[in-house]
Amino acid sequence: MDLNLSDEQKLLRDSAERFVAGSYDAAHRRRMANDPLGFSPAVWKQFAELGWLALPLPEEFDGLGGGAVEIGILMEAFGRGLVSEPYVATVVLGAALIARCGTHEQKQSSLPKVADGSLKLAFAHSERAARFDLAMVATSATKTAQGWRLSGSKIAVLDGHAADEIIVSALMHDHHGPSGRIGLFVMPATVPGVAISDYARLGGGRACNIELSDAHLPEDALLGDGHDALPAIEWAVDRAMAALGAEAVGIMQTLLDTTLDYTKIRKQFGRPLSANQVIRHRLADMAMQVDEARSMALRAALKVDAAPTERARAASGAKAKIGRCARFVGEQSIQLHGGMGVTEELEVGAYFKRLVAFDTLFGGSAHHYARHAELGRRA
Amino acid sequence: MDLSFNAEERAFQDEVRGFIASNLTEEMKRATALTPSVFSDPDIGVAWQRALHRQGWGAPGWPVEYGGPAWTPAQRWIFETECARAGVPNVNVMGVKMVGPVIIGFGSPEQKNFYLPRILSGEDYWCQGYSEPGSGSDLSSLKTRAVRDGDDYIINGTKIWTTHAHHANRMFALVRTGDGPRQQDGISFILIDMKTPGITTRPILTIGGDHEVNQVFFDDVRVPVANRVGEEGKGWTYGKYLLEFERGSGIASAKLREGLRALADLAESDLTGRAIDSPDIATRISEVEVDIDALEMTELRVLSALQTGQNPGAVSSILKLRNSEIRQAVTRLGVDVIGHDALAVEPMRPLYRLNHEPAIPEEMLTMVPEYLNGRAYTIFGGTSEIQRDIIAKMMLGI
Repeated sequence: MDLNLSDEQKLLRDSAERFVAGSYDAAHRRRMANDPLGFSPAVWKQFAELGWLALPLPEEFDGLGGGAVEIGILMEAFGRGLVSEPYVATVVLGAALIARCGTHEQKQSSLPKVADGSLKLAFAHSERAARFDLAMVATSATKTAQGWRLSGSKIAVLDGHAADEIIVSALMHDHHGPSGRIGLFVMPATVPGVAISDYARLGGGRACNIELSDAHLPEDALLGDGHDALPAIEWAVDRAMAALGAEAVGIMQTLLDTTLDYTKIRKQFGRPLSANQVIRHRLADMAMQVDEARSMALRAALKVDAAPTERARAASGAKAKIGRCARFVGEQSIQLHGGMGVTEELEVGAYFKRLVAFDTLFGGSAHHYARHAELGRRA
Repeated sequence: MDLSFNAEERAFQDEVRGFIASNLTEEMKRATALTPSVFSDPDIGVAWQRALHRQGWGAPGWPVEYGGPAWTPAQRWIFETECARAGVPNVNVMGVKMVGPVIIGFGSPEQKNFYLPRILSGEDYWCQGYSEPGSGSDLSSLKTRAVRDGDDYIINGTKIWTTHAHHANRMFALVRTGDGPRQQDGISFILIDMKTPGITTRPILTIGGDHEVNQVFFDDVRVPVANRVGEEGKGWTYGKYLLEFERGSGIASAKLREGLRALADLAESDLTGRAIDSPDIATRISEVEVDIDALEMTELRVLSALQTGQNPGAVSSILKLRNSEIRQAVTRLGVDVIGHDALAVEPMRPLYRLNHEPAIPEEMLTMVPEYLNGRAYTIFGGTSEIQRDIIAKMMLGI
């Protein structure tokens, strides 16, 4: 039992915090918000040079073999600067799915390119009718003589506009009809029959909706051997929720620090706001919730390789709890900044919006408390 | 980073389990489960303290030279967790965890030789004389006065919320021996024999129907000056040291988890008409479970820091507050889980020695009293409002 950071982990934390503090400021974030790409390719290249893109990938495919704790350290630092690079889409979701499901050839052709920054990925899974149910997939993949034919609609695909290859989940059909198995297909973004409409994402970065109309893919586009991919999807999303939870902790910590500073400086009725007990207690509650969120993000990270039910309960518990803390800390940060907190002139709103996006992604607190309860049923 | 225990720690875990299996009687277990107040009655609690003492585990936090077992923080965690899982009696902490560390830290050699062994063995049963009717959260405004008369102090005044004063043979108290520029000045830390003439104890019944706390009156009570711990007028320093123990020694999540498990068992049983089938109840159980998970991780983070000799810092001030709030959430949920049966009042105590058939199943008897008495969790040992003041000051620097 040891929850102290190792020396290597401390180095990673320090270098990530330094990088984010040096490269991300309000002006950069404003530029990115109006940028059609939503992030900086130059920064992405630096991520590759720093080894962050290789961090969790297996060593035999040019990765560094890091775990969820290291990802969490990086993500918390990203949160502090509202980093908008497609890290979760490419590394935490995309590359992880290839590493888990892919054949040796598929891993060999993709993962080293992720590590060197030349391949960006996205994961297209959510569908409007499914809401947050990961098992519900209507997009179809029909076996053809040459390979596969995909049709359907995907929504809220993180950073899909920037991806070179998109991993699409689809219900596999053979000549008997639907097989009941979900397959994962690696689809180049340029395939005919694919229409991508992207939009600016709440809180920074971009997302897209994807229409698939008879998009033809070769046989080997299917990741792995065609086993049902649902367990892998749940695994990857649980990992992503742990990573996003750590990012939310970084965002909350920045909001707490900023709000604390503001209440010390801002004077009303002849004294600083922080001299009022009602304000001090509010800040104490915010600090406590940031700390609880930090505990839950760490817990989820430490359990990503546990048995599926334990892992999923840790991930859902963390997502639910951190989501609730995030809303509280975010809303109170605005409240304590007064009218200025509601304006675009301060960055409080930008951080708050990223927290709202976090709470929504992969299902909000209510959904995850319910999932946690369902998975906890004993009989 | 690693959540699992190493081979040595797992061996220790087995040792603790073995000890509990051979010392925890069914009677103790049932009595503990059916005690809706904070501490077990002495017949149960002292029996368990004696068993611990025989094993050399009577005072886990004490230095070895005074009889502590020299456990690592991880071992303490394992011990507390296994005890909570097994449902061992809640030993009154006033001796081992409160006055013991003060005597070790500031007592004279004579005081150490006399009192410490008697705490370990359970021979002495302590109560705490801190709060007064006029001094709650503003503790240092206390007025109970000790006036020097030769080799004695003569004490007059009153103490309140004195847990188990009706069982205790000794009290440690903060009394005013002088006045200084600050109200914290002139307070002394005194050990009092409860059989001394002039002491009377009045029971206070809490809203759950339990007699756990009292008011104690002092009328010209003569206490030897030799019973003062440390210097005259420095009692506030010692008292604060002790309050740190009361707040910070937290390994509480295991007990909370056990309480929630008992409640979830009830919710899944036909006794409650399977309350768990209501989505509201199921979700609320998950909400509380997740809060316990978060508290447990914070405890483990503090423990990891201690393990490597680091100062865990202000994060430990969060532990008391969250523990008390989550305990209340568990008891609130308990009332909702038992549904209609929450209407039944059982006035007899102890609940494990009723001489009649209770109106509701035994497993439910503690739910309402625990909820009602549990309102005190966010009041004693520094109210939640005081805790938030501490967090603002220590953690946020405002």
